[in-house]
Amino acid sequence: MNYKSDILIIGAGGAGLTAAIHAKESGADVVVLTKEYPTRSQTCMAQGGINAAFGNVTEDSVEAHIQNTLKSAHGEADEEMVRFMCGEALNTVEWLDSIGVCFSRTSDAKIAQRTLGGASAPRACYAQDYTGLKILHTLYDKCLSKNIKIVNERYLVEILKDNNNNVYGAKTLNIRSGELEIYEAGAVILASGGYSKIYGHHSTNSTASTGDGIATAKRAGAKLIDMEFVQFHPTALKSSSILISESARGEGGYLLNSKRERFTNELAPRDVVSRAINEEIVKGGDVFLDIRHLGEEFIDKELPQERKLAKLYENIDPVYEIIPIKPVAHYTMGGIEVDKSAQTNINGLFACGECANHRVHGANRLGGNSLLEIVVFGKEAGINAAKYALIKKESKESIIVEEDSILHDLEHFTNEIDFYILREQINNLLYKKLGIVRKKSEMQSLQVELLSIKEKVPLMGVSDKSKIYNTNKIEFLEFRNMLDLALEVVGGALSREVSCGAHYISE
Amino acid sequence: MKIKIKKEENFIEYETELQDVTLLELLNEIKNTQDNGLAFSSGCRSSVCGSCAVRVNEKEVLACSYKVKDGDSVEALKNMKIIRDLVVNMDKAFTFNVKAKAWLHTNSEQASLNYEDEKINELQSDCILCSACYSACPIYAVNGDFLGPFSLTRVWKYVSDKRESGEQKKIRDIQDNGIWDCTLCNECTVVCPQNISSKADIEKLRSKSAQYGYMDPNFSNSFGGGFGFDGTPSF
Repeated sequence: MNYKSDILIIGAGGAGLTAAIHAKESGADVVVLTKEYPTRSQTCMAQGGINAAFGNVTEDSVEAHIQNTLKSAHGEADEEMVRFMCGEALNTVEWLDSIGVCFSRTSDAKIAQRTLGGASAPRACYAQDYTGLKILHTLYDKCLSKNIKIVNERYLVEILKDNNNNVYGAKTLNIRSGELEIYEAGAVILASGGYSKIYGHHSTNSTASTGDGIATAKRAGAKLIDMEFVQFHPTALKSSSILISESARGEGGYLLNSKRERFTNELAPRDVVSRAINEEIVKGGDVFLDIRHLGEEFIDKELPQERKLAKLYENIDPVYEIIPIKPVAHYTMGGIEVDKSAQTNINGLFACGECANHRVHGANRLGGNSLLEIVVFGKEAGINAAKYALIKKESKESIIVEEDSILHDLEHFTNEIDFYILREQINNLLYKKLGIVRKKSEMQSLQVELLSIKEKVPLMGVSDKSKIYNTNKIEFLEFRNMLDLALEVVGGALSREVSCGAHYISE
Repeated sequence: MKIKIKKEENFIEYETELQDVTLLELLNEIKNTQDNGLAFSSGCRSSVCGSCAVRVNEKEVLACSYKVKDGDSVEALKNMKIIRDLVVNMDKAFTFNVKAKAWLHTNSEQASLNYEDEKINELQSDCILCSACYSACPIYAVNGDFLGPFSLTRVWKYVSDKRESGEQKKIRDIQDNGIWDCTLCNECTVVCPQNISSKADIEKLRSKSAQYGYMDPNFSNSFGGGFGFDGTPSF
């Protein structure tokens, strides 16, 4: 069965839902697909805040926001795009406020702001430590008020384009029924998230951050850039990689080594702090986050999630004890190349959010800029895709170029090798050899290992033959995407021979 | 540790070496090493995405925040169609947000929120739509049209927001199959992983409704009739 709309959006996180609202307001009819449900995405995990230089707490300026962002990007950002994003930040947060996001407030009735790493002023507008959750849910409510169609539990299999490089839709697997479906559209917006989960349990991310949209776009001919730039968040819980928000350091938390001494500037950009922590760990030491001096009342008011998660996963109460931490993969700066209108090199294929690379983060993203990016560029993608789709409405040549045969091939895969075991192997290899500090020789051996695993893919497969809600099959398809992206990351890392931001070469 | 998971009609026993882990960690271990076909949902692992609500020993929990114990029985949420194993179809519960019109109706441009105003609906805006409350709700179990706990909490979130200037319209939309159908049994509060009380929010919506002239239809019926909204007697 074929479904048709002006705009098809893949992904229902902050970027996808923002794009949907603006595409709909531009007069297009919109269908949003998600492999989960609309409020489950990675966006809900963003805690720290969304940057906008209001200067509500101390003096600040858009120019300072631009300069902080450019500095952290290590020369790899596009200044024009950074200027655009930081300039739009104030309107963006005001818009979010106008649709009902429950931002925390100051005593004089302004949106509260706090300092995150690399920022010269308290700039991150926040909603306790639930900023992403509250933005995402409000965007979802806004979508419902606009009668936007959201279809749940559809997995992207292929982006469809004709022989003139024009996108005309997507093929998806209905996870519930096991049937393939075709969604035709005048324009497609990918808002499918990043690929941090290639690091598996060495990542703060949701199980869903498997980079499906990026890998699928690559297969369709889209260009990926800067894939080697992976941000490692300095403070994840040591045993579970659960994120402890940067706001814990922003509010005054210390980092301590095995001797219980501070060893670094806690508020330096994330790449710098992660390397300092890594150095301690490589020396054989442990690293802890200490927020005891902030006091119980403050912790319960400003960092309630952190307290709950530390208790659950580490069996420690941060009000009284120091928290064991380690840096893990948190955000992927690389992604699908897009132009100023958020369009990829495939006509009518747009991208926004973490799957896209708008070149605003360069080699290292600042805390508080990712929520900003998804709303600023989600809007651009929505408006521009609607323009595109409404103009080209009549002229469509749907000649299928070449179909991805994976689902057909999969039926003949032998399942001699357990891909769950290989998945974990790859996760560990990547963390070790393509992590915070990288060596050329290790990356080369990693590339060889990944290529040899890729050759063995036909010997893997799925043991569950059910059509209904086959998560074994979905996880295999995700595994294939992650393997492809791991090769892109190591390829990018090998071709960039000089250290830059999150890509740090030793030797 | 041994646990039982309900698949189709039967509880299947699984045994693993893991100790002191969350239920979600245990489910992942079972799936990766023993039963690749085991179906369950998960996402953030930190209780904010709402994907992994299930029932353990007949009580709703998030698998990622529940420390699993030897002998636990795990099954899917109630009052929703089971797709497979622990996965239910939540589409219908989500549609109640549409039916209840759980969004900001009209933004009052003049409203400025201060610290105290923000706290009024801070808790309600913590909702993660995990659907545990729909599973636990005895009214939803018998009336599939009942708007239900999380959608009514969401409406209260907007009604209590100083930025909402369309309060009366929002109240109008939750009268039928809405606030008056609740028996205030408090089951939703007990199971909410975010400590939200939809029951309390429903009570607040009732008081607000009374201010706009709405009455409890059960109350008026029990006295053999009452007065319509226009003041005329209705029998």
